[in-house]
Amino acid sequence: MVTSKYMPLDGANAVSQAMRQIDPDVVAAYPITPQTAVVQNFSQFVADGIVHTEFVAVESEHAAMSACVGASAAGARVMTATSANGLALMWEMLYIASGMRLPIVMTVVNRALSSPLNIHCDHSDSMGARDSGWLQLYAETGQEAYDNTIQAIRIAEHPDLLLPVMSCQDGFITGHGVERVGILPDEAVREFVGQYKAKYSLLDVDNPVTMGAWDFTDYYFEHKRQQTEAMNNAMPIVRAVSEEYERLSGRPQPIVDCFGMDDAEYAVVVLSSTAGTSRAVARQLRAQGWKVGVVKPRVFRPFPAQEIVEAIKGCKAVAVLDRAISFGALYGSGPLFTDTTSALYNLGVTGLPIVNYIYGLGGRDTLPSMIESVYRDLRQVAESGDRGAPVRYLGLRE
Amino acid sequence: MTDRIRINLRQIVNNEERLAPGHRLCAGCAEPAAVRQILHAIEGPVVVSTATGCLEVSTTVYPYTSWRVPWIHSAFENASTTIAGAEAAYKALKRTGKIPEDRQITFVAFGGDGASYDIGLQWISGVLERGHKVIYVCLNNEAYMNTGIQRSGATPRGAHTTTSPAGEVLPGKTQWRKPFTRIMAAHDIPYVAQASPHNYRDLMMKAKKAAAADGPAVLNVLVPCPRGWRYESDQTMAIAKLAADTCYWPLYEVDHGKTIVNYKPREKLPVAEWLKAQGRFRHLFRPAYAGLLQEIQAKVDEEWERLLKEEANS
Repeated sequence: MVTSKYMPLDGANAVSQAMRQIDPDVVAAYPITPQTAVVQNFSQFVADGIVHTEFVAVESEHAAMSACVGASAAGARVMTATSANGLALMWEMLYIASGMRLPIVMTVVNRALSSPLNIHCDHSDSMGARDSGWLQLYAETGQEAYDNTIQAIRIAEHPDLLLPVMSCQDGFITGHGVERVGILPDEAVREFVGQYKAKYSLLDVDNPVTMGAWDFTDYYFEHKRQQTEAMNNAMPIVRAVSEEYERLSGRPQPIVDCFGMDDAEYAVVVLSSTAGTSRAVARQLRAQGWKVGVVKPRVFRPFPAQEIVEAIKGCKAVAVLDRAISFGALYGSGPLFTDTTSALYNLGVTGLPIVNYIYGLGGRDTLPSMIESVYRDLRQVAESGDRGAPVRYLGLRE
Repeated sequence: MTDRIRINLRQIVNNEERLAPGHRLCAGCAEPAAVRQILHAIEGPVVVSTATGCLEVSTTVYPYTSWRVPWIHSAFENASTTIAGAEAAYKALKRTGKIPEDRQITFVAFGGDGASYDIGLQWISGVLERGHKVIYVCLNNEAYMNTGIQRSGATPRGAHTTTSPAGEVLPGKTQWRKPFTRIMAAHDIPYVAQASPHNYRDLMMKAKKAAAADGPAVLNVLVPCPRGWRYESDQTMAIAKLAADTCYWPLYEVDHGKTIVNYKPREKLPVAEWLKAQGRFRHLFRPAYAGLLQEIQAKVDEEWERLLKEEANS
């Protein structure tokens, strides 16, 4: 284990520090609130000669991911960053990056999608990209955003995986929120990420390869099958990298972080910064004798079905909090809810009362009192035996 | 200036064939001729990107490939930015010593006119503004041929396409084509040229100049399409030559801001000669469109005069 140096950093700065230490070959990025600080800081590192990176300040996010694809296909270690509409503009290229098995790492500072225009946090941007073949990590704090970003490099480039990774954190809440962040020594990060050696490269002119060929009905399906196989086998790789990073940093890196779940009767399943709020509330309620807990998946793609189900299956009632709506899904629920309930069913757990709360859209504050009301609701559900409304809204005026 | 470059055909024909035969482009398609001429002319290793389109789908039917050089296709609009990403990687990996300092690679992107004039214009513009050392080649067959002959910003006025059909009240496309070569030159990059594969010496010279340029270069190459233009497939080079002889497609270059017209026909043929050779303009010879024919001739004359003036003033 190495000793971290603690610095006051906002989450965006924490990620740019990780990028400085990773020192990728190519960064192609475009500014968008609230990701801008990541790109700004990194540009300064380039201007000051602190990194060796070729920084391509492109004219759009689509161009950012296009340049990342070209650079990664040329054997470079490649990173980028975006938010919201920027991620939406990249959509076409997200699938191309994963389909071409290019281990690009992108930090996403989560923000609501238009329309209406809103620059504040929710997860509709990255949740919309959950089927794009990228792994997704969600950070509760700036510290986790820093840690996840470093791990993402090793995960993406693992020779048995070769898939791109999104490292997400909450816009403004952690992205602009200053906290105490432990930064590993530069040398330790350099050693941890190591050198990237691409199996195939456009720059290997003596061994020319054709990348992005045209697949007919006779091959496309098999290629997609290989891709899903890679994603299906990703979790052990994520776990191994996490464990190695945990040993290096001394900071726990669970796939799914559980609080109070050994004896919890009521649990909240939630991603990112609201897990912190939920834990604070759970701690207070536990002090009052309630058996409550919090389940925070740090990894969302691949979906940690086993871990989540294991954590919640003994509960009397469970609430899944979603910071995004999957419009038209059952009851208008959110993606974390649909995946969790699907996992329960498929792993043979039936009869567990489970409700969905849509919260925090467009940066709406999620207060401790709201989380407390969720736990009270869960007790009501369990005691009455009536689930009531399957999808509810926190902090919404109706 | 790069005007000391000379073409040695004897040497060039001995260069390796970088686009293998056996691809599935149509008989009479000018694209493979243009690609082979360009890649023959460039000395040393090349890395190629190609936009979605005829060239891409016809040369890389998995598990086969016609490309004997490193090649990538990522999407329709971004062949320029994809190759710029590879060029950025090349710079970075040279800096860290992962590829040798003395390895010279030429980066070339090919896109059709739809990919260049229309959907990819922003991406190309960004690549040129940032000064990536790449050659962008527009293989211009004046419509979306891969999807079945739909009009693009490069389709000339009066041409019949499936989305600008000639009908009872409309004479094919009603708008003029976009001045793409001039838009490229307006980026003040080292080298921009307009060319055609019928004049292979001129095209290969331009490819060499583009490769030697100290920054981005763009070639806009006319590639006649027998299917879309409606002519017999053995007429491709004759049709291409007519485009130059009528001054419909002037062969010229803008080398560091200096405009040079590379071919001035001894006798400038009427544009009707070019139009009547192609089925896509057949309807223009109805009496009702006599006025439109005159307008098209006037437009060709006006553009040619402007080009000559530009040459004289530069």
